[in-house]
Amino acid sequence: MATYPAELRYTREHEWAKIEGKRARVGITHYAQDQLGDVVFVELPKVGARVTQMQAFGVVESVKAVSDLFAPLSGVVIEVNEELTKQPERVNRDPYGTGWLVVVELANPAEAEKLMGASQYEEFLKTAGGH
Amino acid sequence: MTQPDTPLKRTPLHAAHVRLGARMIPFGGWDMPVQYAGIVEEHRTVRSAVGCFDVSHMGEFEFRGPDALRVLQRLTTNDVATLEIGQVQYSLLCYEDGGIVDDLTLYRLTDDHYMMTVNASNIDKDWAWVSRHLDGRVEARNVSAETGLIAVQGPHAARLVGRLSDVDVPAIGYYHFRQGRVAGVPGIVSRTGYTGEDGFELYLPATGTEEVWERLLAEGKGDGVAPIGLGARDTLRLEMKYALYGNDIDETTNPLEAGLGWVVKPAKGPFLGKDAIERVRAAGPSRRLVGFEMVERAVARHGYPILHGGAAVGVVTSGSYGPSVDRYIGIGYVPAALAAVGSAIAVEVRGRGQAARVVKTPFHPPRVKR
Repeated sequence: MATYPAELRYTREHEWAKIEGKRARVGITHYAQDQLGDVVFVELPKVGARVTQMQAFGVVESVKAVSDLFAPLSGVVIEVNEELTKQPERVNRDPYGTGWLVVVELANPAEAEKLMGASQYEEFLKTAGGH
Repeated sequence: MTQPDTPLKRTPLHAAHVRLGARMIPFGGWDMPVQYAGIVEEHRTVRSAVGCFDVSHMGEFEFRGPDALRVLQRLTTNDVATLEIGQVQYSLLCYEDGGIVDDLTLYRLTDDHYMMTVNASNIDKDWAWVSRHLDGRVEARNVSAETGLIAVQGPHAARLVGRLSDVDVPAIGYYHFRQGRVAGVPGIVSRTGYTGEDGFELYLPATGTEEVWERLLAEGKGDGVAPIGLGARDTLRLEMKYALYGNDIDETTNPLEAGLGWVVKPAKGPFLGKDAIERVRAAGPSRRLVGFEMVERAVARHGYPILHGGAAVGVVTSGSYGPSVDRYIGIGYVPAALAAVGSAIAVEVRGRGQAARVVKTPFHPPRVKR
């Protein structure tokens, strides 16, 4: 698996979105999980909650750090990865697979234009993100 | 704590950590490894096999002379007169008001020669405090910079250190030490630690510390050895409810409320802080440092308010996920009336009260040598 899969869109806060029509699956990137270290707690919104692009929608905590999760896109949460309650370490082990966070029904798919592609995100990590 | 423009201090093992790919962070003015493979994995390595920690940043003071005992009796809260040659004692330095200057371990090397080990971030403060209270025939030296310290902790620690040392390692009792060589380097082999596992702390000349570190990691492969960072050091000690200076105890906390009354020995005679501590003892501490586990899913962190009946009544001093207990655990100060095991409390996490309860500590059973 690629470190930053080409089919995903990325935020400057290190979330990814996999856009499929009017829906997007959301998670955190390999870089984010690596920086956090062992994830021990994930707090996610309930199904039906509204999220707004680049507003905090949840929290991920590692042994040492507490970090806000920012919504890559606006919309309504239609699925939540309940497995992370019992196995938050999935965020580390498989950040683009079983470590996904939520699925959002998009309010405005055009917002995706504000997100980065994989190569752009990798470039971003080399400069601003790689602090 | 550290000025941004103050260069971070480096231990004798700094280059070794970088070579091992450690993630380095500033800690108490030092550039220290927080993790190598990952905090949870390192934690489990210490509980199940053996891990090596660089704790060379800690400070060491030596006291020598016919009045060393008298000076140390006045400086520290525990009874130094009971300390035998070859024995280690956990103790405290306290201010006159009973607040804690630092917690420490005291080693008796010979009849009138002692060594005190103090926290890294407190070395300068402690040295100033100690220096102010020297009198009579005692010579004190701050040997922190020339002393390296490696902790080797875990159920396989004794066989690893035993293979590399010329001292009779199995014969060393808990909180005792011997002087001898490890990997050919002369030092002190102390059966002490900060993890709750059997293990050792190796005091070494700074110039020989890297040699010992490399040999431990190379010769310990069959024992499952790994280098362990400060992150796992913190979760390991949290599961034992060992106090961390600056988090759980400081100049505003007294030993009795911190649960450290067992190292305060008023019967020995006068010492700094005694009167204030005895006043607290007579009245009973108004608050107590307790261990708690979260009942609702949330992670308690240092500084979060502890609630009871909706009101803030205390504060979390340390909190995290405990890998060996597989729970979200913490320690903090609560009013004495809420200190009993089973008391229902709440921790305010991001503005919401999350249920917790006071539990028996240590959270995880210690397996130190008895």
